[in-house]
Amino acid sequence: MASLRNNSLLAVSSALLLAGFILLAPSLFAQAVNSCLDCHSALDGTLQVTPEKFSQDIHAQKGLTCVSCHGGDASNYDPDQAMSRKAGWKGKIDRKQVPQLCGSCHSNPAYMRQYNPSLRTDQLDQYHTSMHGKRLAAGDTKVAVCTDCHSVHDLRPAIDPRSPVNPVNVAKTCSRCHSDVAYMKPYGIPTDQFANYSISVHHDAMVVRGDLSAPTCTTCHGNHGALPPGVDKVQNVCANCHAFQAQMYGKSSHFKAFQEKGLPGCVVCHSNHAIHMPSDAMLGTGPTGVCMKCHAPGDHCDKARAAILTDLTQLDQSIKNADQSLRLAESAGMEVSEARLSQDQAQDSLTKARVTIHTFQTALVDADVQAGMKIAAANLKAGRDAMVERNHRRIGLGICLLAIAFMLVGLWLYIKKLES
Amino acid sequence: MCANQAPQTDPSRRRAIEIFLGGGLLASLASFLYPVLRYFVPPAVTDLGGDEVVAAKLGELKPNSGKIFRFGSKPGLLILNSDGTFRALSATCTHLGCIVQYRPDLHEIWCACHNGIYNLNGGNVSGPPPRPLTVFDVHQRGDEIVVSRKREA
Amino acid sequence: MFAFLYRWLDERLHLDELIAPFKHKTVPQHRLSYWYFFGGITLFLFMIQVLTGILLLLYYRPGANEAFESVQYIMTRVQFGWLIRSIHAWAANLMIFTAFVHMFSVLFLKAYRKPRELTWVTGVILLLLVMGFGFSGYLLPWNTLAFFATKVGTEMAGQVPIVGKAMMIFLRGGPEVTGATLTRFFGFHVAVLPGLVTVLIAMHLFFVQRQGMSVPPKIEAEWIENPSARREMKFFPNFMLRELMAWYVAMGVLGALAAFFPWNLSTKADPFISAPAGIKPEWYFLFMFQTLKMIPSKVWIIDGEVLGILGCSVAGLLWLLLPFFENEKSSRSKAWVTGISIFALVYVIGMTVYGFLAQ
Repeated sequence: MASLRNNSLLAVSSALLLAGFILLAPSLFAQAVNSCLDCHSALDGTLQVTPEKFSQDIHAQKGLTCVSCHGGDASNYDPDQAMSRKAGWKGKIDRKQVPQLCGSCHSNPAYMRQYNPSLRTDQLDQYHTSMHGKRLAAGDTKVAVCTDCHSVHDLRPAIDPRSPVNPVNVAKTCSRCHSDVAYMKPYGIPTDQFANYSISVHHDAMVVRGDLSAPTCTTCHGNHGALPPGVDKVQNVCANCHAFQAQMYGKSSHFKAFQEKGLPGCVVCHSNHAIHMPSDAMLGTGPTGVCMKCHAPGDHCDKARAAILTDLTQLDQSIKNADQSLRLAESAGMEVSEARLSQDQAQDSLTKARVTIHTFQTALVDADVQAGMKIAAANLKAGRDAMVERNHRRIGLGICLLAIAFMLVGLWLYIKKLES
Repeated sequence: MCANQAPQTDPSRRRAIEIFLGGGLLASLASFLYPVLRYFVPPAVTDLGGDEVVAAKLGELKPNSGKIFRFGSKPGLLILNSDGTFRALSATCTHLGCIVQYRPDLHEIWCACHNGIYNLNGGNVSGPPPRPLTVFDVHQRGDEIVVSRKREA
Repeated sequence: MFAFLYRWLDERLHLDELIAPFKHKTVPQHRLSYWYFFGGITLFLFMIQVLTGILLLLYYRPGANEAFESVQYIMTRVQFGWLIRSIHAWAANLMIFTAFVHMFSVLFLKAYRKPRELTWVTGVILLLLVMGFGFSGYLLPWNTLAFFATKVGTEMAGQVPIVGKAMMIFLRGGPEVTGATLTRFFGFHVAVLPGLVTVLIAMHLFFVQRQGMSVPPKIEAEWIENPSARREMKFFPNFMLRELMAWYVAMGVLGALAAFFPWNLSTKADPFISAPAGIKPEWYFLFMFQTLKMIPSKVWIIDGEVLGILGCSVAGLLWLLLPFFENEKSSRSKAWVTGISIFALVYVIGMTVYGFLAQ
C-alpha cells in the first residue's frame, strides 16, 4: 500500500538524519581535542574537572579553554609535554596571583568588548581598595579572592540563580568565611552577621518574597570593593532606598548628636544586620524600645517620645475602629467600597507619620497623624451611616409586616364571617 | 326564627372587617408598590465604575500636576502635562503597593516608600519596582475627563 | 365598582359561562388539607420570580465584563435594588423548597394515582425545569462561587456516556466556562425556561382544574363508610381567601429574609485563579453531589462518576414514571411505592444534611 511505503520511507530518512546528527554533533559542540579534560575528569578531589562541570562555565561557553588560564598544550596526551614550561604551563594558580590573572582580561576594556561590551572592567581596581585586597597585598592568603566567591571551572554569570554571587545567594557565600568562628578568629570581628541578617526584614524580602531589589551584603558593603561604609556614612547607604527617612534624619537633632559621638546613624536604632520590621513598640519602654537606651526617663525627650507614641497608637486604633465598622456594614449587606478605598489613604497617612519620626519633631508627626485621623473618622462615619441605613431598612420592613398583619387579620375575620 | 333569613352581622363586627381588610389591602399593596416605583427611577450615577470612570472635570487640574482618582476599587493617577495632554495610569506601586504620586519637578512618577521612579508611560526608570504601571486610555467627553481601561487589540 | 366592571365585560364576553365551573369547584377538607397549599405557594413564588426578574432585567447587563458590576450597581445604587435582588434570590430557594415539599406531599398523599398520572409527569418535569432555573440563574452575577459551581456542574453533565461531551459543550457554549456560557445561561434563564415552564404550568393547572383535588386513600375509605363525614370547602371564595393568607405570609417571610439576610455578592469571577477549596453546589443539588462523591472512583471496570451520573439519570426517569408502577389492584405494588417514597425522602434529606456537614 502507498501508506506502508510512505511509512518505511519516513523511518529510513529519520534514521539517516539521526545518524548524521550524532556524527556531526561533536564538531558542533566540542572544541579541538582537549587532553586536559580527558585526563582530569578521571582524577579525584581538587584535581577533578569533568567536561560536564566545565561546560557550565561561562568562559568555556565563550570559547576559552584550560590553556587560556593555565597555559600548556591541550593537544598532547603526554603529561610531561602538555604541562611543560616550554608549552607555557603555569600550573595551579597561586591564590595571591588569582586577582591578577582574572584581571588580565577582565580589566582590559578592549578585550572584554569582544565578549560583553556592557560588563564593567574596574573589578580589580575596586578589589585593591577592599579589605580583602589590602590584606592579600599584605600577604594574608586567607582572604577571599575572585574564585572563592565566583567559583572556578563552573563559573556562572551573576544573573544565573545557581551562581554563588546571584543576589539571593550572596549572603550565604559571604557567610562561608564570615560565619566560621574558627576561621575568623585572627581578625577579631564578629561572626554573627549572617545569623542576624537571616532574621532581618531585608532577608525576608529577598529570599522569602523573591524581591531581588532587597539589600544583601554587597548592597551596603560593596562587592569587589568590599569594606563597611564607615560609621559616619551609614545613612548615605540607607538613603539609596530610604530617601525620605535619610533626608529627615539628616536635618534632625540626632544627626549632629550621633556624628559628634561617632555613632553609626541609622544603625543605632535599627541595627545593621538584624534589621527587624519596625514597630511602634520601638518608641515604647519595652524590650524593643530604642529611645530609652540613651535618654533618661522623665526628661524632655522621654516626654516627646511618649507623645509621639500616643499619637501613632491613636491613629492606628482609629483606623482599626473604622475597619471594624466597615466590616460590620459589609456583612450586613451594605455597600462601603468608597470608604474602603479611603481606608488605604488613612493607612498611607500612618505610614507617612511613622516616616516623619525621623525628624524627631513631635509637631511634624502630629500633622501627619491628624491628617490620617480625619480620613479615618470620615470612614468610621461612613460605616456608621451604613448601619443607620440598614436600620432604616428594618423599620421599612416592620411597616410592611404590620400592613401584612393587618391584611391577615382582615382576611381571617372575613373568612370567619363568610362561614358563620 | 325563619330558616330563610340571612344571618345578621353585627355592625361593629362589619366595621372591623372593613377596616382590617380594606386598610390592610391598601397598606400592604402600598408597601409592595412603593419600593417597585422607586426602583424604576434610574439613579443619578449611571456608570458602573468597572470599565470607565469620570476622573475629573476640565479645568480642575493645573498644567504639570496630578490627581488621584478612584477606578473601580483601585486608585488611579491622572496627570495633566504642560503641553495640555492628559495621562492616566494605575497608582498602585508595583513594589509593595504604596500609592504613587506625580513629581512636577521631575516630570516623572515617584513612589515615596522606597524611592521608585516611573516615566510617564508607566515604565520603570529606577528603584525597586519590578514592573511598570498600567496605562489607561483618557478621553474628553464634553467637560469631563473620562478614563477607561485600554481596549484589547 | 367591581360589579359594574364585571357586568360590562360579561355583556361582551359572557364571563358567567367561563366562571361557572370555578363557582362549583370544591376542595376536600380533612386533617391533611393543609398540604394542598403548597402547590399554590410554589405558583405564587414563581410569579414573584417573574416580577422581580423583570425588574432586575431593567438594570442587569449580561456579559463577563459587566455582569458582576451591574449586580453590584443594583445592590448599591438602585433604589431598593438590594430588596428586589435579595427577594429574587431568596424566593428562588424557597420556590425550589416548596416544589420539593409539594412533590413529596403529593407522593405521600398518593395524589399521583390514576387518573392523575399526567399531572405527576408534568409536575416532575416542572421540578427539573425549576432546578434548571436555579442552576442558570446562579451563574448570572458572575462571581467566584458561581463560576466554579457552574464549572463543576457542567463537568458532571459531560460525564454522561455518549451524549455527555456534546451536552456539556451545548450548556457551556464552548469547551470551557466563559463569557459565552454566561450569555447562554442568560438566554436559558429569561427566555427558554420561562417559555417551557409557562406551557407546563398551564397544562398542570388545567389537569388539576379538570380533575379536582385528590383525597388520600385512607380518608376516601373513611368517607365512603361514613358519607356524612365528608367535608368540602368551596374553592371560591373560601379556599382562595385562605390561600391568599398563605401568600401574604410568604410575602412577609420574603421581606424579612431580604432585610435580615441580604444575599451577598462576594468577588468577581476570575477564570485564571484555581478553584477555592470545598466548592459545593447550591443546597438543592447537594444530595446528588454528595451521592457522586461517595461512589468509589472505579466500580468494577466502570468509572465511578459515569456510574453515578447514569444512576441519577435512571433514577430520575423512574421517578417521572412512578405512577405507572402502581397498580390499584395490587397492594404489593402500592407497598413498594410507599416504601420507595419513604426511602427517597429520607435519602434526599439525609444526603443534603451530610453534604452540608461534609468538608
